[in-house]
Amino acid sequence: MRCRRCSKPAVINMRQHKLALCGEHFLGWIPAQTQRFIKKYEMFDPGETILVAVSGGKDSLSLWDLLLSLGYEARGLYIDLGISEEGYSSSSLAKVDRFVEKREGARLKVVDVKEVYGKSIPQLARERPEQKTCSLCGLVKRYIMNETALEEGAVLATGHNLDDEAAVLLQNVLHWQTGYLLRQAPVLPSTHPRLAQKAKPFFRFYERETAAYAILRGIDYIYEECPFATGATTIFYKELLNRLEGRSRGAKLQFYLSFLRAREKGFFLRMLPFGPERIPSVNEGLELGECERCGQPTTAPGLCAFCRLWKVAEAEVG
Amino acid sequence: MRITYRDKAWELPGGMTAGDAIKKVGLDPEAVLVVRNGELVTDDVILSDEDEVKLIAVVSGGDGEVS
Repeated sequence: MRCRRCSKPAVINMRQHKLALCGEHFLGWIPAQTQRFIKKYEMFDPGETILVAVSGGKDSLSLWDLLLSLGYEARGLYIDLGISEEGYSSSSLAKVDRFVEKREGARLKVVDVKEVYGKSIPQLARERPEQKTCSLCGLVKRYIMNETALEEGAVLATGHNLDDEAAVLLQNVLHWQTGYLLRQAPVLPSTHPRLAQKAKPFFRFYERETAAYAILRGIDYIYEECPFATGATTIFYKELLNRLEGRSRGAKLQFYLSFLRAREKGFFLRMLPFGPERIPSVNEGLELGECERCGQPTTAPGLCAFCRLWKVAEAEVG
Repeated sequence: MRITYRDKAWELPGGMTAGDAIKKVGLDPEAVLVVRNGELVTDDVILSDEDEVKLIAVVSGGDGEVS
């Protein structure tokens, strides 16, 4: 297969776009597309500070690399979850450190969950066998990401790709989670002074494209999956969607883009108290109060989910 | 040719496409990238007996929050 632009051997065939590219043209195409999506979806402006949440994986390190190469003031945030199983956290932090060493001026902030809050994610998970480790970990990460982005006065950027978004969409559709469907978007504006704007600049790329970018850019990322993610529902949904993609080219992209179009047209609004005449912004329809302990926005009365988690953990220690 | 994927390895005869080799070892072509002799290639490439092929898993997961 040949590159559509120059006829050199292609390194990737993006069947959903009917586009095969060589390494050189693919490494030009990805940043140009990313820049287009950042602008089109008003994710952030060139002068803004961007906080990229990095895990040591292909998506987040590729995003950080790409934003730096585009000239953005992009800083990294690594959350040390304290996962000692298979040396996961130490290996992933080592990948992030190596990434930073190779890029002059790249600024990284590390938040160690155990150091700051007293317990690692595996410790918390062991105490709550009724909760899924991935959802517990997600809660902690979302809180720390928001808090750090606010401290840095930054827009939070995550490396979510189209496969991530399509898998979450499938999960939300299967359970008809209308509230989640309304709030699933490539950019989540700040609708509260304690809520940072969040953006997903890679949301239109298939996972194989972000992996190809990482390989071609020589990014040394953590290849092993988190030991707690084995058998995770998200991975199962991704496998299902990949089988669909194998049968029907572009199925994943169409699934997600059709959802975004339906959402923009107010398709999910009938379930909410707005009336059909206007489309609410993300987070409208939610009664956002402030947590009594930390002040971060929450839909729950009293404490937010994060503070409830640690309050119970502290009581168990005491 | 020798094909590796994570901690697994297979020996397959040359003459088949990378896409066929991926299916032969029971993987989904949508879920892997093919690196032949250190170079990323598309899955229509015909592999030879001497090739060293590394299949790279592209699926990551968990809560999907930071990947």
